[in-house]
Amino acid sequence: MSMPFYVSPEQLMKDRADYARKGISRGRSVVVLQYDEGVLFATENPSRALHKVSEIYDRIAFAAVGKYNEFENLRVAGVRYADLRGYSYDRVDVTARGLANAYAQTLGTVFTTESKPLEVELVVVEVGSEPATDQIYRLSYDGSVADEHGWVVMGGQAERLASVLGDGWHAGMTLRDALALAVRVLGTATDDGGKPRTLEATGLEVGVLDRTRPRRAFRRLTGPALEGLMPGKGGAHAAERSGVADEPGDATPAP
Amino acid sequence: MSRTDANPSGRLPDAFTTPGTASFVDFLSSYAPELLPGNRALPAGSWAAELSAPHGTTIVALVYEGGVVMAGDRRATMGSMIASRSIEKVFPADEYSAVGIAGTAGLAVELVRLFQLELEHYEKIEGSLLSLDGKANRLATIIRSQLGLALQGLAVVPLFGGYDLDRATGRIFSYDVTGGRYEEHDHHAVGSGSVFARGSLKKRWRPGLDEVGAVAVAVEALMDAADDDSATGGPDAERAIYPVVATVGAGGYRRVPDGDLAAATDGVLAARRAARGGDPR
Repeated sequence: MSMPFYVSPEQLMKDRADYARKGISRGRSVVVLQYDEGVLFATENPSRALHKVSEIYDRIAFAAVGKYNEFENLRVAGVRYADLRGYSYDRVDVTARGLANAYAQTLGTVFTTESKPLEVELVVVEVGSEPATDQIYRLSYDGSVADEHGWVVMGGQAERLASVLGDGWHAGMTLRDALALAVRVLGTATDDGGKPRTLEATGLEVGVLDRTRPRRAFRRLTGPALEGLMPGKGGAHAAERSGVADEPGDATPAP
Repeated sequence: MSRTDANPSGRLPDAFTTPGTASFVDFLSSYAPELLPGNRALPAGSWAAELSAPHGTTIVALVYEGGVVMAGDRRATMGSMIASRSIEKVFPADEYSAVGIAGTAGLAVELVRLFQLELEHYEKIEGSLLSLDGKANRLATIIRSQLGLALQGLAVVPLFGGYDLDRATGRIFSYDVTGGRYEEHDHHAVGSGSVFARGSLKKRWRPGLDEVGAVAVAVEALMDAADDDSATGGPDAERAIYPVVATVGAGGYRRVPDGDLAAATDGVLAARRAARGGDPR
């Protein structure tokens, strides 16, 4: 039997981290930001079926960038984790912190023990009864967890977009302002000298965790509800209402 | 998590990341089968006859123009005793369907919880709603897994109704203890008072009922059942305990407020008083 070449642990971890980062940076960015009545998720995603933002539980949602099959697998695991926990204990005992821990252990174990790390970055958000009790956790490919406040950007151009978002964000934004900021951030010029773009509602995937909704806080904003909230659409207060009000059947049910 | 798993790293066990099923019941039966209500070991023998556990009684459902109404009385009995006069036996299964239960109350409530979770779990994982037939079949599977308990005398018999988004109509499904699923036309009732409630529904139901009319028919059917069945409770105006009545239409599940039920009850009583012409019987 031949002996494998010696590779120092530092080099091994660095190679894996570089590999994961490269995979993640290929994807389009996701922005997550708090507004006065909840948390907004937005990303450029022309697909209507392959989601990057999803509901996990009553007050908990999930957003991811990276390899679709890998984060979809983690999303399903999260839904199973949350539903099992809620079934064994009670619905109020399902928390974003517990879920973030389970994800962190999973990502960390895969990073150190398997030949290929997961090329994903996740955000797990739980809305509370007021903005101060919202929890936003950001998880990296190596299992590290960061407790974020106010906003998060993940994905390809994360560092550059973060500076734009950090400048524009302030506590207590309305949903309309938050969406306008998210659209502006996602459309900013790329590093390689491109021009800023104006994004259309049809190319966006937008979801909110709305703390004013009674049980299941998550809902997707699609179609007319999203159009009415987009920047530059004046006098669309009616659309804003119907976009987030709790009227069953007024739009697609929040999956 | 409810169990210790072999993996000491704390990562999510393989069962969580195995792709394939959007069913919570299937996931539970592979990962934690002891949590499924049908999988508990029971002592041998015919002990159920001596066991006194609360029983829920009458549920009625009827179709109206644009949806379905489901109503249940508020009584649970334990032998000849009233175990509860305010139990609720009609629940939203999801946004577009309702489930009512008759039989052993403790098991029935647990099954409803499992069924609600099953539908929500599918919706979250698949990103779309199950068809109404799909929901009805999942409920049949859950009831079928209870056959062992049913044979011991702890039967649960649900009634399922919902708004079919594809056909734009209300539909009703009844079940037997073996998990048999039967689609009912127009109206149906289950539970101890169902014989009397069905008689009442036959006379009062008519095609083209509107929502308010259908709620009145449901309330009257429950009052008729309470008249003749000791295990069914009638509306209790003194304590302000009214049946749980829900409508499911294109707008989703809606519980009818007590004020409307008080009015419907008064309407039925007034009509009966008038029909008697002041004769106090």
